[in-house]
Amino acid sequence: MLSRLFFKKSIMKKIKCLEMKSISKSFHGIPANQDINLSIESGEIVGLLGENGAGKTTLMNILYGLYQPDSGQININGNRIRINNPVESISHGIGMVHQHFMLIKNHSVIENIALGYKGTPFFFPKMKIREKVHLFSKKFDFRIDPDKKIWQLSAGEQQRVEIIKALLNGAALLILDEPTSVLTPREIKELISILRGMKAKGHMIIFISHKLDEIMEICDRVIVLQKGKIAGSADTKDTDKKSLARMMVGRDVVFNINKEKLAKGKKVLSVENINVNGDKGLPALNNISFELFENEILGVAGVSGNGQRELAEAITGIRPILSGKVKIKGRDITNKSPRCIYDNGVSHVPEERIRFGIAPGLFLYDNAILKQHHLKKFSSRYFLRYNRIKNHTKTIVNKFKVSTHSINTRVRNLSGGNIQKLILGREVSEQPQLLVASHPTYGLDVGATEFLRKHLLELRKQGSSVLLFSEDLEEIFELCDRIAVIFDGRFMAVLDSDDERLCDIGLMMAGSKKI
Amino acid sequence: MIKIKTTNRYDITPFRSFMTIVLSLFAALMVISIIFLIVGVNPIYAITEIFSGSFGSVYGFKETVTKAIPLILIGTGLTLAFRAKFWNIGAEGQLLMGAIFATWAGLHFGQKLPPVLIVPLIFLAGFIGGAFWGIIPAILKIKYSINEVISTLMLNYICAEFLTMLIVGPWKGKARFGFPGTNNLPDSAILGLIPGSRIHYATLTLALIFAVVLCVIIYKTRFGYETRVVGENPDAGKYAGINFLKTTLILMAVSGGLAGVAGVGEVAGIHHYLGYPASISSGYGFTAIIVAWLAKLNPVYTIISGLFFAGILVGGDAIQISLGLPAATVDIVNGTLLIFLIMGDYFLNHKIFIQFSNKSRI
Repeated sequence: MLSRLFFKKSIMKKIKCLEMKSISKSFHGIPANQDINLSIESGEIVGLLGENGAGKTTLMNILYGLYQPDSGQININGNRIRINNPVESISHGIGMVHQHFMLIKNHSVIENIALGYKGTPFFFPKMKIREKVHLFSKKFDFRIDPDKKIWQLSAGEQQRVEIIKALLNGAALLILDEPTSVLTPREIKELISILRGMKAKGHMIIFISHKLDEIMEICDRVIVLQKGKIAGSADTKDTDKKSLARMMVGRDVVFNINKEKLAKGKKVLSVENINVNGDKGLPALNNISFELFENEILGVAGVSGNGQRELAEAITGIRPILSGKVKIKGRDITNKSPRCIYDNGVSHVPEERIRFGIAPGLFLYDNAILKQHHLKKFSSRYFLRYNRIKNHTKTIVNKFKVSTHSINTRVRNLSGGNIQKLILGREVSEQPQLLVASHPTYGLDVGATEFLRKHLLELRKQGSSVLLFSEDLEEIFELCDRIAVIFDGRFMAVLDSDDERLCDIGLMMAGSKKI
Repeated sequence: MIKIKTTNRYDITPFRSFMTIVLSLFAALMVISIIFLIVGVNPIYAITEIFSGSFGSVYGFKETVTKAIPLILIGTGLTLAFRAKFWNIGAEGQLLMGAIFATWAGLHFGQKLPPVLIVPLIFLAGFIGGAFWGIIPAILKIKYSINEVISTLMLNYICAEFLTMLIVGPWKGKARFGFPGTNNLPDSAILGLIPGSRIHYATLTLALIFAVVLCVIIYKTRFGYETRVVGENPDAGKYAGINFLKTTLILMAVSGGLAGVAGVGEVAGIHHYLGYPASISSGYGFTAIIVAWLAKLNPVYTIISGLFFAGILVGGDAIQISLGLPAATVDIVNGTLLIFLIMGDYFLNHKIFIQFSNKSRI
């Protein structure tokens, strides 16, 4: 109770400086943050740069009270504090705007703000809030209609609602998690001017991003995280994009070619100027074109959320293509059904495996033929041939070392890695012309990863082509013949994997260089 | 602080699921007993009376089988729809629509055709009627994503009122002397009974055949496979290239069609004319939901669970007479059983831990 009282008092205090000292956090023995120091002062914007999985979000969740650090401490104005949950974090003056907005779509702006605000009266809640919202909108130039419903707002406006929510609760420090990932270029400009205004009024901002241009434009200082550790930090005026990119990727790119050279075969896939929308109806792919040949692996490198998933889904028929053409061996498969595309020799290891790849309540052998059940091998016109299906399943299980005590078990009983092996086995078992593989080794252990990579090379040797999406650059460089770098729905470059210019891959992934 | 934690249970053995059903039924009977106690009836006597009324005598058992026929038919169809997670609550309306189509066919062609032809014809008409009423919510769901629970439920009322309109209006029979209802079906269209009972054997045979056939369809065919995949994970169905519209239309046609066949049995086997909706069906479409659930969505098991619930219906009539309880008693019994069966499923699929935690440890 004493501590509660203390917190109430501390609301009044403005944060002058905040320090995180040697923070470490691990999940199930895997370190997510190791010995991280971060400090920020009033009127400062600090950028937090890093690839996916570098530990940016974990660090911020610790600051926001969602996680407890294993070791290390947090100081505000020199006093050590403990943040047990977001409520305490807010009372310390910390506010967070998540990447995915936490708003109720069918309620109006003002209702959403009233919902999270402690001073909301029980009766007529909107009246009191309305003044406050008006005040803040004016102060920071938010320009937002408080009576509109959330679903009527653009992503940028929704984000402003989130920021108002945080400011109303007295946030002196605002954490923005990938704030520009959902915005249009114009909205990004508006956000930047809002942030500048806040800075001028003494707020401090932590800006998480993987986009170098924005970091360089907005931030005073930048801290680069790589694999859970601080890879470096610098004042933006003393550094350039190139050295930041190098810090982010972690090393100068090493060329590691221990795969045999194979001559390109015939053209398998050609993608011509396709445009595709993302889940929210905004353009996700912008005039993408490329070709893929037999005996070839094309790697698509990039920070996730730049259109990789949409590209994979467009090619495999799950997502509609707005304009442009996709051809397999000269045959047009644009917007054909997934089954038709499969029958044309395209296999797909989806990114969200649990969501797309399996029917969890069905048996392992049922899942082993999810896409193939209509083939003559496994069914006649009406009946499934369970004998063959079970034999086929056993082959996959043995070949891909899926550890299960029986093929008569339900797939939801399998571990994630084993589900992945099963899906992979299923997708490559029919000798596809083209394998579209999204993060195939993500979450696999070392042995399985090695096995899988070898298998991809084996497919390549047998004349198939592979379109490999991965965030693991080492994997991309190890396996691919050519590498495409994707940023914001565009290819920044498509180069041979031994091209010298790929040493700037970090810059390209962050959208600062195009070839 | 007491914390209740749940995790998914993966080791579901047949024995465990059987015991879950037994325990759920037992727990439900305990609650039902309390209700009986509240209204001042000895629960042991009442429950014994229910089951001896339905299974304890030859007459009672014959009645039980009679009532089991529509329950098995509808329950079988519902297992298919529920497998695909299409929550068809509209079997009642589909039954009535089947009854309407069958009556029309019987009245129109009954005089002209011999029984060998007319009986298959009215069954076919009933199936088409039920299928027609089942396809509507399927189209609404796939094309316009209208929730099927609402649409199937509302279609029940539409169908019931439509039927009422027919029997007080255009279809009102002269032989009813001004009372609502159609004329009796001609003799050729009336289903044969097992002597000394009201069991219309043609429908009973159909029910048993359909239960087995549907079991084969669900577990052995491509269509059944696609149905199960769609039900388990619609996204995976899309990824696998399954045609949603086609699959859903077929399964709702079958599900509704079987309810329609049950309607044929009731009209042509028992009542011999189309009367008020409540007299034709007495809620079989809703009771069959519990039948399908108790059968664990396996069509063959609906034969057993259908008999069980028919027994409760018949036994319920028995205790109405012998104990003077209101007719709603049976509904209370059925509802309680369903709630406990669904809760039992939760305990089958989850492990529950109770933790006594110390707040100082975080």
